[in-house]
Parts: sequence; structure tokens; C-alpha cells
Amino acid sequence: MRFGSWAVIATLVALVGLLSYGVASKRTDTSIDEAVAAGQRIEAPEMDLPVLGQPGERTLSDYRGKVVVLNFWASWCKPCTEELPLLERTQKRIAPQDATVLGINYKDVSGDALGFVRRFRLTFPTLRDRDGAFAELYGSRAFPETFVIDRRGRIAAQRRGPVDQRWLDRTLPPLLAEPA
Amino acid sequence: MKLLALLLVAFAAAPASLPDVEDEVMCVECGTVLNISNSPVADQERALIRRQIAQGRDKEEIKAALVEEYGPGVLAMPDEGGFGLAAYLVPALLALLAAGGLAVAARRWRRRGDDGPPATGPELEPADDRRLDAELAAYDR
Repeated sequence: MRFGSWAVIATLVALVGLLSYGVASKRTDTSIDEAVAAGQRIEAPEMDLPVLGQPGERTLSDYRGKVVVLNFWASWCKPCTEELPLLERTQKRIAPQDATVLGINYKDVSGDALGFVRRFRLTFPTLRDRDGAFAELYGSRAFPETFVIDRRGRIAAQRRGPVDQRWLDRTLPPLLAEPA
Repeated sequence: MKLLALLLVAFAAAPASLPDVEDEVMCVECGTVLNISNSPVADQERALIRRQIAQGRDKEEIKAALVEEYGPGVLAMPDEGGFGLAAYLVPALLALLAAGGLAVAARRWRRRGDDGPPATGPELEPADDRRLDAELAAYDR
């Protein structure tokens, strides 16, 4: 076979490979869903994130030893803002038990997000995931999404979609009772 | 000259318009250019752009404000790393391959022109040759 033919074949193979990689890299990660469904606890992904409305950054390991109710929300997401009062009530209930709600404000204008923090008098900390890179680590696809992280930094439960009181009542007490 | 410089400065610092910015930024949640996006987050981005325009900001300042809120992915340019790099490399690679292919083909055509047979048709049989001469002579009359 002549060099020209080899070059054409190599180019076509490279383009098909590139296309396959592009499709594969855009696929949503479902490893957390699978682990939680199987009753396994996998290490919660971490990333340094800026604190909403304050200078500095924090990461999930800053809350190690606490049960963390990690909630992804955005001011432009109506179901997200609708569940904020429930999350604030939960924060008041679990904070004395060495636990916290941790808001992750997703692809949002900080001024708009702070408007909701003031409106609902949210006392739980909120970090900013401005480009969605942190949510991607959790395979997020349907906001709001909530992950409950045990005292050892592992994902123990998840909810893709809004949470309700029943789900929180069923999920949190066993985790709060676990030792650090 | 001074007038031209003043005009250039005035043009560069002119406040932007929404359509002017919309086609250069992305809807961060939909993955499409903002001017064809219709979603709550796209509406939020447009509201931010309008507020910036109202404050007299130019296009670059507005784009910087969008990057500050949503990160560099809001700009309608592929990433400069990872898979986004392919958007820059693939066209360059294809252009190089095309240029290489053309160069090889041109060299072959030129070589064929030097070494190959003259650009005339096959030899005619004597009878055909005579008939052709007769017909051409008929046209000359």
C-alpha cells in the first residue's frame, strides 16, 4: 500500500478515536449511584472552593468528623430555592449533634445567591462551584441534589432531586448516631 | 491623526449591547451559545449582562464579569487543555495533512509531465490519417 493511502487511513482512525474519546468523556459518572445502591460508602470527592460572600476557600475535609448534608443549589433553580427553608430547619436541628448542612452554590451569580441566603436567613455555610467542576465529580445532572457524608468523609446517601422531611428523617438519625 | 486616535479610543470604550456580547458567551448550563439559549440560567446571564451595560461597561469588562461569576468556560471558546485542545489541534493537523497531500500530488504531476509521453494522441492508421487530412482540407476551402 502506498504512503498516501496509509496517511488517509491513519487520519480516519485518529478522527474516529477522537470522536469516541469525546463521547466517552461527556458521559455522566454513575459510580456514586452504583456504590450507594449497593450499600457501599465511597470517599466523597473534594475540591477547594471559595466561600460564598466571604473571602477564602474551604474544602470538604474541613468538616471531617461531622455528618455533612451536602446540597447543590442555584438561585435560578426553582426547586432548589424551594427546599432551602427545609434545609435551614435541618441545620438548626442537626448542628448541636456535630453535623452541618453545606450548601454548594452551582453556576450562579454570587449576588443572586446571597439574595436567597438573606431572604431565608440561611445560617449554614455555602461554597461556590462557579464552573460546575465540583458537581461533575458527583455526577450531578438534576438539581437540586443532596449527598449525605458520614463522619469519615464517605458518601452514605444521595438524592438526585428535591429532598423532603421524610427522606431526611429516615437518612440522618443512623448517621448522626455513628461515632467519628 | 489626533481625531482618528480619539475616534478609535471612543469606539474601543463604547458601551456594549446585549446582542454584541450574547454571541461571544455560552449558556453555562445548556452548552450552547447564549444568543440561542433559553433556560433559567441563560436568563440570569442576560440579566447580568444588562446590569453591566446599564453601568456603562464595555464588552471586555462584561466578559470579565461573566468569567468572575461562572469561570472561563462561559466564554464561547474551547478549553485550551484536555479535549478542548482538539478544537485547535484537529483543524491545524488537517490543514497540514492537506498541504502535505497537495505538495506530494503537485510533485507527482510535475514528474509525470517531465518523464511521461508527449501530450498527443495515439498514432493514426495511414488510412485514417489520409481521411483526416482530406476532411481538414475540406474545411480550409
